[in-house]
Amino acid sequence: MDLRFSPEELAFRDEVRTFFRTEVPLSIRRKVIEGRELTREDIVTSHKTLYKRGWATPGWAKEWGGTGWSPIQFYMFGEEMQLNGVPAPVGFNVTMHGPVLIQFGTEAQKKHHLPRIAACDDFWCQGFSEPGSGSDLASLKTTAVRQGDHYIVNGQKIWTTLAQYADWIFCLVRTDPNAPKKQLGISYLMIDMKTPGISHRPIVTMDGTREINEVFFDNVKVPVENLVGEEGKGWDCAKYLLGNERTGIARVGTSKMRVARIKELARIVPSGAGSLMDDPQFAEKVAMVEVELKALEMTQLRIISDDRKSGRGGKPNPASSILKIKGSELQQATTELLMEIAGPLALPYVRQDADEPGHNEGEVGVDWALPTAPQYFNNRKVSIYGGTNEIQHNIIAKAVLGF
Amino acid sequence: MPPMDLELTDEQRLLKDSVDGLLARRYPDVVKTRVEMMKEPGGYSAAGWKEWADQGLLAIPFSEDDGGLDQGSVEMMIVGEAIGRTLALEPYLATVVLGGGALRHAGSAAQRQALVPAIADGSLTLALAHQEKQSRFDLFDVGVTAKPDGAGGFVIEGEKMVVLNGDSADKLIVSARVSGDRRAKDGIGLFLVDGKAAGVSRRGYPTQDGRRAADISFSSVKVGKDGILGESGQGLAALERTVDEAIAFLAAEAVGAMDVLHETTLDYLKTRKQFGVAIGSFQVLQHRSVDMFTALEQSKSILIYGTMMAGEDDALGRRKAMHAVKVQVGKAGRHIGQDAVQLHGGIGMTAEYKVSHYFKRLTMIDLAFGNADHHLRELARLGGLIEASKPAA
Repeated sequence: MDLRFSPEELAFRDEVRTFFRTEVPLSIRRKVIEGRELTREDIVTSHKTLYKRGWATPGWAKEWGGTGWSPIQFYMFGEEMQLNGVPAPVGFNVTMHGPVLIQFGTEAQKKHHLPRIAACDDFWCQGFSEPGSGSDLASLKTTAVRQGDHYIVNGQKIWTTLAQYADWIFCLVRTDPNAPKKQLGISYLMIDMKTPGISHRPIVTMDGTREINEVFFDNVKVPVENLVGEEGKGWDCAKYLLGNERTGIARVGTSKMRVARIKELARIVPSGAGSLMDDPQFAEKVAMVEVELKALEMTQLRIISDDRKSGRGGKPNPASSILKIKGSELQQATTELLMEIAGPLALPYVRQDADEPGHNEGEVGVDWALPTAPQYFNNRKVSIYGGTNEIQHNIIAKAVLGF
Repeated sequence: MPPMDLELTDEQRLLKDSVDGLLARRYPDVVKTRVEMMKEPGGYSAAGWKEWADQGLLAIPFSEDDGGLDQGSVEMMIVGEAIGRTLALEPYLATVVLGGGALRHAGSAAQRQALVPAIADGSLTLALAHQEKQSRFDLFDVGVTAKPDGAGGFVIEGEKMVVLNGDSADKLIVSARVSGDRRAKDGIGLFLVDGKAAGVSRRGYPTQDGRRAADISFSSVKVGKDGILGESGQGLAALERTVDEAIAFLAAEAVGAMDVLHETTLDYLKTRKQFGVAIGSFQVLQHRSVDMFTALEQSKSILIYGTMMAGEDDALGRRKAMHAVKVQVGKAGRHIGQDAVQLHGGIGMTAEYKVSHYFKRLTMIDLAFGNADHHLRELARLGGLIEASKPAA
């Protein structure tokens, strides 16, 4: 047992860190660290910066642009990315759709799409959830009916993150309403967002942002060659996609970065005769988060150590199942503490969009405090998306504990 | 340097098999064996202790020069977990971890070489007489006094409380104030006192978790020059280091005990039937079980951190790590212990079923050497584990 990294691993970490700090614009990284919204351009700029270095798709098979890194290198890369406020490469492209295509796509699909996905020449979004199908995803109703060389898609998706930025959407659709099991009638389709009949409408979330959308399909014609995998086997793609995220999901680096920020800000905020950081009750809340974060970091390292021994794709360490639950709880706890630091200064509601209430002319409030409440509100999502924490409990109960 | 590796080495695996084997053999039925052993004079089996010695377990942390095996915190973790799984009653914590720790960190080469071989062969047991009525979790709060006797030795006066295995220990390592106020950090000395020395009066009793402890009074107890451990008045650092190691060890014990409670509860949920079905078919109970599992896994994780940091020479870094470890393990121990009793229902309340024994041990582990609240407060006071970011980073 030895927690120390090898000189080669440490050199790699330095290389990654230096790259992030020198090549990814500080203006973008600061937005992440300070909890501000990113524009499409910010996200794509960061993605392309990593792409040019060969680091946008490290987890892919080598022939399609993967790096072949060791589990430790993946861990260090993700940790440094998060600690330094670097926006991750577009997840829909890199950790969701890309790996599905590599696993289930035809050669033609791979050749056409993978390079564009990797470079973020196309921005992808995910069409899974529907108004009536949240946790019970397999009950989805959007239909795709085969007509000659096309599917005709009708229905509605919801909670579609960044659909407004997307060039393409990967969708789960029902191709066989009479299948013996609801999972069996589902297929995985790639749909060009410019196809006639597609429209989307933003859903304004409580933080005032327009991150998520409804996407409507009205007799949308999708070429048959955009089917990924076999017709009726879309559920396999979905399961593969959802199981693909492993240690990154805990976002330990992000929470660590926020703890460091909490300590920075709590020192400048007065409380009683000293600063908020001198307030034992507040300091203990921060310390409690740090303890759990340290445990989660070690949980991650245990999983990585196991992965390395058994090779990726071996039987996952049962502890990996707790990453989503604990990781999301800590992301929420840190954003909550940041808002508590701001206190009354968190109140001003500032929007850039001139058509919205809360559009302010000139500067109001205190700059660092303004994003803290929206960030807190926004982070309530992390225990909901990707399978709610309650669904995660069900999964662990069944898959790990054998209920 | 090897790359990060959280696996046990082959030697460590052998040790684990050997400790697990010994304890499984000695504690075939946790409750029955304990009840039998509690009737023995010191609250454990002397014959059993000899077996521990024969397997080399009592020599683990001592240096080879002193007659030990020169092994580290990973080996201690292995023993701790095994004790936690079986709730073994032998005085390993008192003799090897606490007494042995104080001896290792404060004792001279001559003192170590005189005592370690006897500890290792099982013929000498120790106890750390440190806790006092008022001192709670403050290691520096020492009211027992040691006054120079004019001949290079000292005379000890005062009361110690809840000295683990203090009733049967052959020798006591006593913390006593040689100078300064009761709560001064300087001026604490460590002294080696024979358990049967004139003026030592021990009132032994069973503890809530089935072990034994003693309240000990010292009335004009003489200690010669050779009984002074370390530099006079500079005992606190050695005490702190010893307690840090004890915290890592107790964390291992707690993880072992939590593991058993989680498994036992899981098993019960799957077999106990009510309303015509296994109660584990109810989602509310499944989720409770998942929360226990999560707390257990997080504790296993922080135990690795604690084990790695227990050997750290930098006192501040080590201390902070142990604060974090004790917080996590204390909270998880409460959670898993309470839920194990709750999910078992009535049978969980009984003295004859093992769940209550594990629950009580976990509860007492939290109360030893600082509970979760204490360590959280201390960790916060020391600034936590993560550095503040720099403005405009």
